[in-house]
Amino acid sequence: MTVKDRGKVINYVQMEFLSVPENVSLSRVAVASFAAQLDLTLNDLEELKVAVSEAVSNSIIHGYNNKPVGKVWVSVMRYEKELVIIVKDEGVGIEDVEKAMEAAYSKDPDRMGLGFVFMRSFMDEVNVESEPGKGTTVELVKKLELPKQSSGKQTPKG
Amino acid sequence: MKVKVEKVKDTLILRLKGEFDMLTADEFRSAVDNYFDGEKVKKLVLDIRKVSFMDSSGLGAVLARYKKISQLNGSMVIVGANPQVKKVLDLSGITKIIGIYEDEKSAMTGLS
Repeated sequence: MTVKDRGKVINYVQMEFLSVPENVSLSRVAVASFAAQLDLTLNDLEELKVAVSEAVSNSIIHGYNNKPVGKVWVSVMRYEKELVIIVKDEGVGIEDVEKAMEAAYSKDPDRMGLGFVFMRSFMDEVNVESEPGKGTTVELVKKLELPKQSSGKQTPKG
Repeated sequence: MKVKVEKVKDTLILRLKGEFDMLTADEFRSAVDNYFDGEKVKKLVLDIRKVSFMDSSGLGAVLARYKKISQLNGSMVIVGANPQVKKVLDLSGITKIIGIYEDEKSAMTGLS
């Protein structure tokens, strides 16, 4: 993935876990807890949880074929103007990323192929890099609103 | 997630509580399909008022049960949905095919 210069990392957390369904809720709650320290609405946090849940579920279900055989990495980074979450696996990868991101693209009848639709709806940016046999990396970006300045010029004290 | 199942005549009432994701979708499937396969069920009431989180895995499990009951010429309704869950339901388009009601009593009237 082309690394975008987002400025200085103010804070970050990294997790590595086994590709089992139990870890989906753990990872989304961890990311939401991290994000709760920022100036985000409750609604934003709920949407973040869905996006992370989708990305991590994809790694487990598609990347590792729903088997407890691989590692998933979730990093959450706070920059001045953005919150960036990276979900990475070393699973089977995606042959056609464009196609995989379309709605209703799923090979499993019990799944709706809405994972990427939700990620795109709930995040400001979704970037995917994947190579068959090597794995997939999903980058989810939420823009942070800068704290509103009170009206009038601020004069330094002292 | 907790799944409470009640069967009244040919109506199956499912009351869910907790988070509905890929882990709990499996629990939901096995809890519900036991009833589907063994007994005559024509109507399904899915009470999700106490579901605090739902993603596309949960949605997929719901939609699959809808397909199943439709194949049996039955009908299905949903009760409740908190704002987060409602948003996910709306985005998926599921609310265009399955009616959502505020409580179980009014939901019963929506079953044909």
